[in-house]
Order: sequence, then C-alpha cells, then structure tokens
Amino acid sequence: MGTTASQLGKELLSEYQELTFLTKQEILLAHKRFSELLTKDEKDLPNTKVSMERILTLPELKSNPFRKRICHVFSTSEQKDGSLTFENFLDLLSAFSDSATLEIKSHYAFRIFDFDDDGTLDRGDLEKLVNCLTGETDDTRLTPEEMRQLIDNILEESDIDRDGTVNLSEFQHVISRSPDFVSSFKIVL
Amino acid sequence: QERQSGRRRKRRRRSGDKKEKKKKHQRRRSSSSARDGREERQTKKRESSKKQREKHFKERTTERNEEEAQTSSVKATKTNKNINNEKTRKTKTAERETEKRNEKKMDKSPKTIERKESEGKNTDKSKERKKHKKSEEDKEEQEELDKEQEEVRSECLSPEELEKLKEAVDERKKLIQSLRVKPWPMKKKLVSLRESQEFVEKYEGALGKGKGRKIYAYKVIMTKKWMKFERDFENFKTTLIPWEMKIKEIESHFGSSVASYFIFLRWMYGINMILFCLTFGLVMVPEALMGRPYGSIPRKTVPRAEEASAMDFAVLWDFGGYAQYSVLFYGFYNNQRAIGWLKFRMPLSYFLVGVGTVAYSYMVVIRTMARNANESGIGDDNSFNFSWKMFTSWDYLIGNTETADNKFASITTSFKEAILEEQESRKDDNIHLTRFLRVLANFLVLCCLAGSGYLIYFVVRRSQKFALDGLENHTWWERNEVNMVMSLLGMFCPMLFDVISTLENYHPRVALQWQLGRIFALFLGNLYTFIIALMDEINLKRKEEMIVKYNITTWENSFNGTVSENSTATPISLHPADVPRGPCWETMVGQEFVRLIISDTMTTYITLLIGDFLRAVLVRFLNHCWCWDLEAGFPSYSEFDVSGNVLGLIFNQGMIWMGAFYAPCLPALNLLRLHISMYLQCWAVMCCNVPQERVFKASGSNNFYMAMLLVILFLSTLPAIYTIVTIPPSFDCGPFSGKNRMFDVIHETLESDFPVWFSKVFSYASNPGLVLPFILLMVLAIYYLQSTSKNYKEANVKLKKKLQMQNEENKKKNKRAALKAQMDLEEARKASSQQKHVSPRRHYYSKNGRNPAPPVGDRSLRRSAPRTYQHVNPGPPGYLPGLPRQSETRMHRVPSLQRH
Repeated sequence: MGTTASQLGKELLSEYQELTFLTKQEILLAHKRFSELLTKDEKDLPNTKVSMERILTLPELKSNPFRKRICHVFSTSEQKDGSLTFENFLDLLSAFSDSATLEIKSHYAFRIFDFDDDGTLDRGDLEKLVNCLTGETDDTRLTPEEMRQLIDNILEESDIDRDGTVNLSEFQHVISRSPDFVSSFKIVL
Repeated sequence: QERQSGRRRKRRRRSGDKKEKKKKHQRRRSSSSARDGREERQTKKRESSKKQREKHFKERTTERNEEEAQTSSVKATKTNKNINNEKTRKTKTAERETEKRNEKKMDKSPKTIERKESEGKNTDKSKERKKHKKSEEDKEEQEELDKEQEEVRSECLSPEELEKLKEAVDERKKLIQSLRVKPWPMKKKLVSLRESQEFVEKYEGALGKGKGRKIYAYKVIMTKKWMKFERDFENFKTTLIPWEMKIKEIESHFGSSVASYFIFLRWMYGINMILFCLTFGLVMVPEALMGRPYGSIPRKTVPRAEEASAMDFAVLWDFGGYAQYSVLFYGFYNNQRAIGWLKFRMPLSYFLVGVGTVAYSYMVVIRTMARNANESGIGDDNSFNFSWKMFTSWDYLIGNTETADNKFASITTSFKEAILEEQESRKDDNIHLTRFLRVLANFLVLCCLAGSGYLIYFVVRRSQKFALDGLENHTWWERNEVNMVMSLLGMFCPMLFDVISTLENYHPRVALQWQLGRIFALFLGNLYTFIIALMDEINLKRKEEMIVKYNITTWENSFNGTVSENSTATPISLHPADVPRGPCWETMVGQEFVRLIISDTMTTYITLLIGDFLRAVLVRFLNHCWCWDLEAGFPSYSEFDVSGNVLGLIFNQGMIWMGAFYAPCLPALNLLRLHISMYLQCWAVMCCNVPQERVFKASGSNNFYMAMLLVILFLSTLPAIYTIVTIPPSFDCGPFSGKNRMFDVIHETLESDFPVWFSKVFSYASNPGLVLPFILLMVLAIYYLQSTSKNYKEANVKLKKKLQMQNEENKKKNKRAALKAQMDLEEARKASSQQKHVSPRRHYYSKNGRNPAPPVGDRSLRRSAPRTYQHVNPGPPGYLPGLPRQSETRMHRVPSLQRH
C-alpha cells in the first residue's frame, strides 16, 4: 500500500479529498482496487482508461442492473464506450459515498436513469428502467398492460408540469421526499 | 435587467483590476495575465455565460466535433471555452433549469438579442464563415474587455477596490468549498480548483496592505491549517468507527436491511458503553477502591452457612456465593455517607447514577427518533408511491447475485401489488371469511399470550417454593426453570404466531407489523408476569426481613442485658460471617435479572449455532446423499431474521434498564454480550445465512424499532421506579440501608452538604403549588406545538396543490402562446411565395425550445394538440426552415417557455 500512496502523490491526494466526499483511506482503497484492474504495463502510465468490461468485474457493480449506465454516465471518454479513468472512478465513488449530498446523488441518479441521454425521463426511459428493476428473467417481467399502467401512474405522480416526461427538477422533487433514497444510493468498496 | 448588466460590468472591472495590478504594461492578448484574467472572468461569469453556452450548444450540436478541433487549435483563451462546451454537453440536463432562468433574464438585453440574431444568420452560412464569425466575436469580447480595463487602469487601488478584490477572493474560496457538490467530471473540478487556489494565493497577500496585513496573513494561514486539521480529524474519526468494514461487507452482500440490524447493534453497543462507564466509573470502582474491604462488615461477607460452597462454579454461575457478596450487586454497598480520602458520597452517587442511566437513555432514544423523523421528512405521505418504488427501490449496495435476484423478484411483486391495489381499491370478495379468520387468528394469539403468561407465573411461584425448600435439593432443571421457560417461550411462540398469521391473509408489510406487535406483546407479557411474580417474592422477603429484624433486636437486647450484668467481660466481637442478617430483596432482584440475561444470551447463541450453523452444515454436506434437494427443498439455509433479532435486542436492553439499579454489573455484562454477538452474528450471517426473500427497506422501519425501544424503556423503568419510590430499602444491606425510602439520600445531601437557602429553594420548587402549574404549562406547550405542526402540514398540502395548479396554468399559457405563434407563422407562410416542405421534426424541435425529443411514441394528450394542428395545417411544403423566420419564432417562444 505504501507504493500506491506514493504513486498518488500527496498534493493530488489532498486535492482529491477536497473535491470528493471520500476520506483519505477510501481514496487509497479506490486507487488500490483500480490499479488491480490494470495490467502491469498500464500501471506506469498516468490516466489510463479501463474498459467497461473490466470495471464491471468489480463485485460491487457486478449485480447492479444499472452497471452499464453508471459507467456511461461517469465516463468522459470520447468513444462513449463507458471506459473509466481513475478520476472518473473517484467521481463515481464520491457520488455513491455515504456523505454525498442528496442533490448530487439525485443528479447522477437522474442521469443514470436517462437511458437515451436526452435530459428528460420519457416513457421509453421509464420502460427501460422498469425492465432493469424487474430483472432479465421472463417470470419477473411485467406484461405490457401492467407496464403501461405503471408508467401512467408514475407520470401522474411526478410529472408536475404534465409534459409527458419527468425532468430533472421534477425528479429531484420526488427523490428529495423519499425516505430511503440516500441510504440506498450507495456503493462502497 | 439593469442590475444584471451592472453586476456583470462590475465583475469585469474587478477582473480587469486584478490583471492590471499584476502586469500593467503587458498586452493582454499575448500575455499569460490575459489568459488568467479571462479564465477568471469566465468562471465568475459562469452564471451569465451559461446562456451563451446554451446558445452555442444549440447552434452547434451538429458541428461539435469540428468546433472542438477548432477550439483546441485556437488560442489558450479558447481552452476554457472548450471545457465549458464540454461541460455543457455533460451537464446540460442538470443546468437546464438554471440556464433557462438565466436565459430568460438575459434575453431581454439588446446585446444578446443582437448576437442571437447574428448567430441565427450564421446557421446557413458555411463552416469557415462561422469559425470566422466566432473568432470575431471573441475579438469583440476582448475589445470590450480592453475598454473596460482602460477605465479601470485610470483608477488607483482605492479601499473600494480592495474590498472588491477581497470579495472576489472570498468568492473563489467559496467556489473551492462548493466544488465537491458540483456534478462535474473530475478533470474540470481539478482545473478550476487549481485555478482558484492559485488565484487566492496570489491575491490574498495583496489584500491586507495596511495595518491589518499581518493579522490577515496569520488568519489565512490558520484557516488553512485548521482545514487540514479538520480533514485529518475527519479521516481519523472514520477509522475509529468500530466494525465499519464488517458492516460494509455485510451491506454489500445482503443489502441495507440486514446491515441495519448491525448498525442498530452498534448503536446499542455505544449506549451500553456509556451506561457501563457511568456505573463502572462512579459506582463500582469507587466502592472497590475506597469502600470497606471484603469481610469487614456482615453485608460484605459470605454467611457462615454458605461459606463451604461459595466458591463452587455452579454457585458462581448462578451469581451466588462470592459473586453475590461483591460490587456486582446492590447488597454489597455500604450506607456510609462519604468514603475514602476523596470523601466520595457513595449512596448519593449510586442513586444519581441509577437516575442518570435512565435519563441518558431517554435522551438518546428520543433524540435519535427525532433525527430519524427529520431525515425521513414527510415520509408517510403517499403521493409518490409509484415513483419511489421506481426510482428508489434498487439498493445499490447489493453486490451479491442471489440478493440481487431476490431484490428483482421483490421489486416486481411490489410493482404488481401496487398496480393491483391501484386497479381495485378494495376487492371485497368473501370479506366475511377473511374477517372470521382474522378474528380467529387474534383469538388464538390471545390464547397463546395468556397461556404463556400463566405458564411463567406458575413456574415462578413453583421456583419460590423450591427456593424456600433450599435449592440444593433440586435438580438443575428445577433451579433454572423460570429462565428456561421464558427463553423457550420466546423461541417457539413467534413461530406459532407465524403459522397463525397465514390465516389472516394480510399484505406482507402489514403482516410483518402484526407479527412484530404480537411478539412484542408476548415478550412484554412475559416480562411483566415475571415482574409481578418477583413482586410477590419481594413481599415474602420483606416479611422474612421483619422477622429477622425482630429477632435481631431481641437478640441484641438480650445480649446487651448479659453484658450489663457482668461488666467485666469485654463485648464479644462476632465474626461478620456469623451475624444474622435479613434477606436482601434488592440483591435478589438483581440476581434474577442477571440470571435472566445470562440464560437469554445463552439461548440466543445456542439457537444461532444449532439453528443456523448446524443446519447449514447439515444441508451442505448431507445434500449429496439425500433423497431430495436439501438446499432448495425443506430445510434449506436459514434467512437472517432482521425484525426478530432487533426485537430480541430491544428486550434485552429493556431488561438491562430494569435491573441495572439493583445489579450494577448488568451494563458490563450486556456490553460483553453485545460484543460477542457482533462477532458471532457477523460470522454466522456471512457463513450460513442466505439473503432474505422479502427484502424490506430498513429505513422505513427504523423509527418503528425506535418507538418500540422507547416503549420498552418506559415500561422497564416503571417497575424500577415503583420499587424505588414505594418499597423501603432493606435494613442491613445496600447503600440506602437505614433510610425510610431510597430517595431520602437526596434530602440528606441537600440538608447537610448544601447551604440552607438552597434546600429552602429546593423545597419551594418541589412544592405541588409550583409543580402543578409547571406541568400544566408543559401540557399547554405540547398542545400548542402539536396544533402548529398540524397547521404546517395542512399548509404544506395546500402549497403543493397551489404549485401544481400554477404549473399547469403556466403550461397552458405556454401552449396558448406557442399555438398563437405557430398560427402567425402559418399565416406568414401562406403569404410567402416560397413553396418548400417543413419537416414535422424540425417543428417539434422549435416548439419544444429545448433538446429534440423524438416525436414518436404516445406522448401525453396535451402535447399532441399542437401537433394535430400541424397535421391539419401542414403549411406550404418545402419551406426552408433555417431562415430568420425560424429564429424569430424561437426568440418569441423561448422566454415564454422559460417562465415556469
């Protein structure tokens, strides 16, 4: 671990602490876990990207139905392949950490749920979201009729301006009242 | 608008000012200072420039790649813009609302409109042209800046300017602090952090030019150090939290509900730690160190009759023998007012610690409840039932495939249930049967409760008989009957309830609450029967004590008589072990509780080992040679029963609170128990439990558990307080011996240790004439607060309705405006001679005023209204969309859309 600490650099470490909701130990742990995903020669290069497939081998993300979306949202790569640099990875962990604010959590949750990246949750997004939540198997899937009803109900509740989609402010409004969003929107290494 | 532009100018001037101070003679364009200033300005003007960015973004979505290439190739000044563009793309969703607001404000400024128009013209021009235009724009901006800086340059550094600079620095600092709550990618955050830090460092020194300079510099350094210290301390604190890693591991395997049990356990451990510190530090240690040693007085000595067996393990295990005559129990303490060289007021301390533990527990529980209630906010409002199910039901902590599968299933069920409930608010088929079954179930449960209550009462009475006969003549079972029966009842009755509750056909959540309520009632009933039986025993002991007391006085009298007869003989000194003594009922109560705790702990651990571990082992290894699949079939692995475990913990705590006054060792014992539980249960969960099939949310029931804890706390302090207040203490044991009531120790202290006026004031304050009005006042305050909170709730609902209405109204207005504008457009189109086609998609785009959403699919009805209009009035085909007309409509519409 001593080597990883020196690799990160004191300056950078304190900057990371300043910019994320993570503690020093958590950043170091994240760095350790991240460098485990890298191959030998990649380790020496700064700012290497790790492909989404390899990120998803992390047990913390493995069984998450939104794993691909999470990678895409936090990725800054230009190829849109969901690959993450260490800094992206820290962003991810910061947003999912214990002490992150409701605001930032709901912001990222919105972007995760926004499957087509168009800035609103429309029916297509909601449908995909339901399918993610109910799992891949057929016996847990909802019938089209149920799906329609469910989405109607959701729009009825949260679409305050009645434009047929849920936008960020409406989403945050809904989320901010939820008793257990903050406690469940967490990923810890 | 005036104010806005004024502020902008001010900001610019400020930035120019800084630049000027730095390098007066250098040309801005070529120098680093220009870049610095520009960047600085850019960040500060972020709010106002958002509108610009948004516009850029809209115009250039199609040509972003070229543009990015271009921007990177242009000057250093551009890099910032590039980042901004990128940011726009990344965080456009987030900032749309604010941007719109800004845009709305800014739209009216003529300059913006002008620029907008020019850019609107730009759209149909070639890319080169556009680039050119853009650089021109930049140049323009730079020139503007130049001009303003010229203005600034002529001024010198006045106090006002200093003030402004300071303001800027403060702003930067604020930015640094708020960076972490900004949803930007790390790169951008890093860049702006470094920038602002550099800025702050550069100008901070210049700030305190005058007399306050040194102080200012000192202050800055100290704040820096303090921040670093705070961060380190924060890091240190997180390492101190016990079992954090263990709990996180469990959390990632089983989700937050199982972890919530362990968090609750840890919280309980914390409370018990405090209770333990209080009793250990203020009662047990002082008595052990400064009190009279063992064997000095009768109450501190094992009686002669028990001496032989006092060290036997069986006796010690029962907390008899030497354990009974030690600091662990009430009876050992002496009633000496002050002990040791510290003059420690032992009886007073004993009493206050007893009161303090209860008071502290109340405080902590209520505070936690209040905090939970705050966190959950208006948790019980049902208005977002579906949305919450949708958006917040996934537990991101789940890292185990099996748990994830269970979670999928439970989410699906909850969706289906919610839909069903919504569809038919109440399906009342065969309601009579259901009702009958429910009544029957409740009747059965009541029978169970009554039966268990009677059984305990019976057993306790029997054990008293045994105790009178002498324990030695009975078997182990007969001696431990009470505790064993209580533990067994606690183990099997919940299972019975579970079977009975299948009759009722409740919704799982409701069923769980019924189940919890019943177990609660069972435990409580058992505990109270136990206490009532104990009360009987106390009365018996007190009768015995009276006899002993009478005997002792007669014996003493006769002894004194003999002494007076032959005065030559020295008074015979009896060995303390031989002195006759009364049965100390307080110690007896303490012992009972300690035994109860021990047996409870043992049954918990043993059920854990047998029910979970052994079962898991059997299922795992016998599965190869069994005729059915053990893992999937009947025994399978056990689930972790969160609610049952929490209840067990709560009751355990209740017994601690009840017995702690008579057995100061109880908190210590409980601490030990919780400590072992933590490790044992963590291990058991990880190695032999499977995740729950029905995964319940933890936080929803958190306050439910807390409320139970509060009820238990209240109910368990009741009997303790009752005994303290009504029953006189034993005459020859404990710190209050010789007093009429235990609380007399307060009077005694007040009279002898405090000045006269104090006790006078106290006696006035405790006068019913003063206490009653005070209580009345409190009741009134409670009533007032409650009614205001009700009003607030109502106001909340009203405001929500209002908000919704307003939103709809706005929407309607916007729609109308949009429709009108579209009509105008159509008319103009008709009038125009151009015959070109309008694509509906383009229309949609313009109408929306924001990003293009695919117009396919069934959108809401309102949305379709203008579209049908479009179809009815298709307009002249082949109309060229990108021309001034188009941009005009956008300008019309954008402000109207942004209004809400």
